[in-house]
Amino acid sequence: MEEQRFRSASGEPIALRRRQHSASCRELAVRCPRLQLRSLSAVTSAVWLAAYGLFALSENSMVLSAAILITLIGLIIYLHFVKVDQESLLVIGSLGIQVTSSYASGKESTTFIEMGQVKDVVINEAIHMQKVIYYLCILLQDPGDPQGISEVVPLFQSSKPRLDCLIEVYKSCQEILEKGRAASEVE
Amino acid sequence: MVLKVFFPSCCSSAESGILVGHWISQQSSAVVLAVLHFPFIPVQVRKYLSQVQQVTQVSVSVLGSWTNSKQEKEESLSQFLEDLGTLFSHELWIQISKEGDSKFWSCSALQKHHSKPKEEEIILVYYEQRKVMLCHLHPPLHTAASADHGAADASKLAAIFETVAKSKMLFMTDRYDEGPIKLTHWQSDGVEASIIVELLKQASVPACMLLSFLLSLVSWICRSRVLKFWPLCFLWSKLSTCEQLGHRLQHLQLISSNKKAPNQTQQMRKANILVSLLLDVALGLLLMSWLYRKNRIGHLADTLIPVADHVAEELQDLLQWLMGAPAGLKMNRALDQVLGRFFLYHIHLWISYIHLLSPFIEMILWYVALSACLGLTVALCILSDIIALLTFHIYCFYVYGARLYCLKIYGLSSLWRLFRGKKWNVLRQRVDSCSYDLDQLFIGTLLFTILLFLLPTTALYYLVFTLLRLLVVVVQGLLHLLVDLINSLPLYSLLLRLCRSYRLAAGVKFRVLEQQEGKPLRLLMQINPLSYGSVVQTYRLPTYSCYPKDSWTSLCKKLFLGELIYPWKHKGEKQD
Repeated sequence: MEEQRFRSASGEPIALRRRQHSASCRELAVRCPRLQLRSLSAVTSAVWLAAYGLFALSENSMVLSAAILITLIGLIIYLHFVKVDQESLLVIGSLGIQVTSSYASGKESTTFIEMGQVKDVVINEAIHMQKVIYYLCILLQDPGDPQGISEVVPLFQSSKPRLDCLIEVYKSCQEILEKGRAASEVE
Repeated sequence: MVLKVFFPSCCSSAESGILVGHWISQQSSAVVLAVLHFPFIPVQVRKYLSQVQQVTQVSVSVLGSWTNSKQEKEESLSQFLEDLGTLFSHELWIQISKEGDSKFWSCSALQKHHSKPKEEEIILVYYEQRKVMLCHLHPPLHTAASADHGAADASKLAAIFETVAKSKMLFMTDRYDEGPIKLTHWQSDGVEASIIVELLKQASVPACMLLSFLLSLVSWICRSRVLKFWPLCFLWSKLSTCEQLGHRLQHLQLISSNKKAPNQTQQMRKANILVSLLLDVALGLLLMSWLYRKNRIGHLADTLIPVADHVAEELQDLLQWLMGAPAGLKMNRALDQVLGRFFLYHIHLWISYIHLLSPFIEMILWYVALSACLGLTVALCILSDIIALLTFHIYCFYVYGARLYCLKIYGLSSLWRLFRGKKWNVLRQRVDSCSYDLDQLFIGTLLFTILLFLLPTTALYYLVFTLLRLLVVVVQGLLHLLVDLINSLPLYSLLLRLCRSYRLAAGVKFRVLEQQEGKPLRLLMQINPLSYGSVVQTYRLPTYSCYPKDSWTSLCKKLFLGELIYPWKHKGEKQD
């Protein structure tokens, strides 16, 4: 198990952790930057200052309690649905690839893609706003057409690692996929 | 290829024996269904397995051996276990052994035709047998559409789920059975059943028969010729209550039919309909108990007439305002007075009818509110119909205003063409030039001028009454939307997803357990439940939904030209 530090596409520090569970099973996890206390307190004080200003204008104390409620509910929604803590990729040769995102509130959302559906794992380029970024994606096989691709599943969408990190992940994945392909050719 | 062994977690503490299960050769996976304990007679085992195979259509066979030794490993046992492999014909003989309470088991696979064990990797996947048996896998929507292409490489995990689900007969023998076969699986401590469920099953058969008889009687009455005469059948088609009652009748017929649902989707649909009906009736009874308490019906009836009066007064004030100088615009006095007096007379007639009906209102309301016991949806439909009846005069005014305006617009466009020397060719559906006589042109221009200067008056009346009509339509539309929501929400599926989330699965997820060097990879297979949005989308009940039949542009065009609009179209209504 080893941890390496990289930078995301927007410049924030992220960490890549690699674990080899067995010869054909590897787990690659990218940890996103944590929620900063600075930004949290800045947003909260901005909302409360605005609410206090409104209260001074309207003399209605409901404004203050509404502001507190909005801040609390907004924070809960943000932690549970928006803020991703860690994105991991579990590659099990001959079974499949599992993509997990864990949110700041502890919720985990998992997708498992069987090996029969996976055509390849590649690094693609994309134009995002004013930048060109690289992203890793899984190409899914089209059941009707052996050369075709039915879907592209992008990985690490919240952490957006840069090319150096992606190359490490790509190399790890390809080693396991190669073994699987070699074994199926022997059969 | 890597060998995958799917092992049920309930058999982790079973006594030594042989592994019984299904071997999927294309994926090189062994699904262990149960552990058969010593002592056994191989002939009887083979007979039992062929029996199981006949009933379940799953080829169950002996896959290997399982050793659970509490003490240190005994060397003589290993040879005995290898020899066991020769008794049962199988390609691969799997040997799993557990020492004491250790979590890490050793696993090896022997090929029948080679003498030494093949050095291939083994993955041990634990699964919860009961949850996998009850689970229903939902393939992602885009693959379900192309199911006919990929029958050959169907989901490999689906094959495993199917295997466990079909082997129900195997799980019926428990350890208290007197037979020669002693198995360990999730139900080996005793077959589980619930008295309430069994009683309900027994009671449901006569109840269904009674219900279907009653329903056939009701539908025979509905279809009889008496109700088919012209005024009545026109009335039935216009009232939304009748449509809702017909819809619910269909649902009841579906539930009370004796045929068992063929597949899981139909079962869920039946259950959803039942729960939705029960909730509907419960909410309706709640509404009824609230209405009939403290004489609320009397209060409602007492306020109805003053409200109708108030609405009529407001309309009269509006017409007086239009007959004057509304919003500072100057109307044509003569036309204004004619239209205004015409509408005022209508309102006067309407008020008289309402006052005529006023002594009977309370009784009518009392009996109509009784129908709320059929369900909240029926009560809402009745409310929508009452609103339609009470605002009938607004509808009439809208139709008069729209027809007048429409005539005016058509006249204006035709005379405008005459003004320019053109004509509409009906045969060819296009505008052609035409030479008019002088007197035709003179009269045409005169009429055009008259119509043009009368346009603001008519347009204003049309605008006012169209806005009123749209208001009523929006209110009715909201009520119908609520009814639609209650009709189509799959409550049983949502409750199932909340309480027994393993029954509705979108897929699986694997968790890597503690590993040890030299031992096979240990994974735990868990069920990944379907998201609530997909549950609603997959199991939505079909309804006679009202959806807006026109897009915004065509609606605006119709409003501009003065064509009558009926924005909520019911499925099944003829196109006009």
